[in-house]
Amino acid sequence: MNFVNAVGVGLKEIQAHPLRSLLTLFGILLGVSALVAMSAIIAGNERGLKEGLTAIGGLQKVRIEAQPVPIEQRHLRDFATGVTIQDVRALAAGVPEIQELAPHIRLDIPPVLSANGKSSRTWMTAGCLPQQLELMEHVVGHGRMFTALDNEQARSVCVIGTGIRDELWGKPTDDGEEIIPVDQMIAINGQPFKVIGMFQHYEGEQDRKARELARAERLAQRAAGATNTLDGPKRSRGWGGGGGRRGNFSYWIKNNTVYLPLETMRQQFILGDTNANPNRITVIEAKIRDVEKLDTALTQIRNVLMITHRGIEDFAFRTQEDWADRIQDTMKNARISGGLIAGISLFVGGIGIMNIMLASISERIREIGIRKAVGAAGPDIFIQIIVESVVIAGLGGLSGLAASNAMVWVISQLTPTENAPIITWPAMAVAFGFSVLIGIVAGLFPAIKAARMNVIQALRYD
Amino acid sequence: MALLELRNVSKIYHLGGEEIRALDDVSLDLGNGEFVSIIGPSGSGKSTLMHILGCLDTPSKGSVKLDGTEIASASQRELARIRNRTIGFVFQFFNLLPKLNVVQNVELPMIYAGLNSRERRERALQALDLVELGNRLKNRPSQLSGGQQQRVAIARALVNNPKIILADEPTGNLDTHTGELILALFRKLAAEGRTVILVTHNPEIAAVTPRRIEIRNGRIADNVDRKLAGLDRIVPNAAPAVAPA
Repeated sequence: MNFVNAVGVGLKEIQAHPLRSLLTLFGILLGVSALVAMSAIIAGNERGLKEGLTAIGGLQKVRIEAQPVPIEQRHLRDFATGVTIQDVRALAAGVPEIQELAPHIRLDIPPVLSANGKSSRTWMTAGCLPQQLELMEHVVGHGRMFTALDNEQARSVCVIGTGIRDELWGKPTDDGEEIIPVDQMIAINGQPFKVIGMFQHYEGEQDRKARELARAERLAQRAAGATNTLDGPKRSRGWGGGGGRRGNFSYWIKNNTVYLPLETMRQQFILGDTNANPNRITVIEAKIRDVEKLDTALTQIRNVLMITHRGIEDFAFRTQEDWADRIQDTMKNARISGGLIAGISLFVGGIGIMNIMLASISERIREIGIRKAVGAAGPDIFIQIIVESVVIAGLGGLSGLAASNAMVWVISQLTPTENAPIITWPAMAVAFGFSVLIGIVAGLFPAIKAARMNVIQALRYD
Repeated sequence: MALLELRNVSKIYHLGGEEIRALDDVSLDLGNGEFVSIIGPSGSGKSTLMHILGCLDTPSKGSVKLDGTEIASASQRELARIRNRTIGFVFQFFNLLPKLNVVQNVELPMIYAGLNSRERRERALQALDLVELGNRLKNRPSQLSGGQQQRVAIARALVNNPKIILADEPTGNLDTHTGELILALFRKLAAEGRTVILVTHNPEIAAVTPRRIEIRNGRIADNVDRKLAGLDRIVPNAAPAVAPA
């Protein structure tokens, strides 16, 4: 008996008992859809978490910043220089594993920004080099980033985030009209600066969806002729941070960034301060060439810095490893528990199939006898039963895939989050493969039983 | 050379330490184109003999040669192949598969013979024409009369062109008239050169066959019981009713 015939016989048998087959199939359907939906939700979660990590530069980024002199070197603290511009030069020359270096200076007290008759402070006002843009994953939406020339000549120019624009000039309207303050003047601690660029607005998937939803609602209201919005009159909603929800912290901080050239920062705000070390750098951001060689790179950096710091360890590294590890751990746990649940329901589905196949063969003892009498050998019967079982499981698997797609669609419609579930092809392939495997395993025992049936007894059976 | 040669065949069952000889040292030759009936009371070993002749079972002792090939020690797989190609079964209770229609039932042996679907269909239609059921192809067995079902079963038995037709009480579930039609069909098949073996306890059927073999207590009886063989109903100069040793 060839394989196509066997599948045909299997399908016919399933057709002959539609309700029974449907119920059996349902067990596998639930298992497969649980497996796929679970992996989709976990993949979605993982993407949400990693999105936040990438937004601040990812694993490749190492932060070098000053720290208090360790206790055993306390007597040397007057010789401690902190992180300086010399360190940047030494690292650039001495550490091959570093791909890009971006030092920046922040003031100890966040400067006051004023424009348009309003003022604000932002913690993330930094003097930096043009490559800071790439290293911090910033994108200029309007105007331009300052250049090396701007830095060299210490021009009074700056690039601001949309958060600053919102504070000083106002937020975009619901219709999407926004003020672009490029070429406007802004005062930083009283010094006049020209805004030459503005970053694009950073937001997570969840914020974007929420904003678009709210906007669509308002437009619909307006179209319906409502004179008042549902929000009612304009009002302050009380204390609670920068006007409503901030969304993801890493996006909020990026939106509230002001960059000016490093030299400008030094000349305008540092050199006049007699207490300050003129060469001092607040933070050096270094991008490592290869994440795999993170440890090597850190050792190289430490060695170079120990020379420039004359053995005083007044600096520290900060990497995103902990964050990444936490994501890995969370995902591993979710995978284990999710896989366990889905596995159990698939197992239960498999037991259901085995049960039905056993019932089915004991109901068909005579049929098996007849088939053997007209020339079916044991293997033919074995294949027939296995195919039936696999066909049921496979159909269950396919409908499970369809069900999980529908389920995931519903979930992503109901909860517009950046963690929206993602169905991956490997997950579907694995789930379907499992359903077929379960079909084979569940069919094995009944098939062996049927194949070994004695033909004479089977023919006599009533 | 005979088509089927049984030499000193015994079939022994063990039931709770007790030895039961269902067949005891049976030797028998069946030639090509023979029309023969096997008779005997229940429990005589008739069915066991039929199972061995039909390759459904193998003997405990002795040799069975089919077309010169020894099959007493054949594997289950080889037996299945012989049942498929060389032997056609007709049963008392028809044994058609209820979920398949007439054509599909007739195609069944050819599926296991590995024929393609076009050839299967063609040969099934030929076989059904032979039993005059070419007009009921799509019916389920339950929609047919007993006689029609038995004719479907005969078509199924014939479809792989076997050398031997083995029928177990083929008219047992049919009325007299239909039974006669079925018997006429068997006679025709025998005349075409097939070996037809009827297993029965009905004297009227045994009377139709030129040769009768009576089994008694697991052995071939020396003298056929005339009543059991239906010989008392026909004229005395009928065929010799003696089983060769």
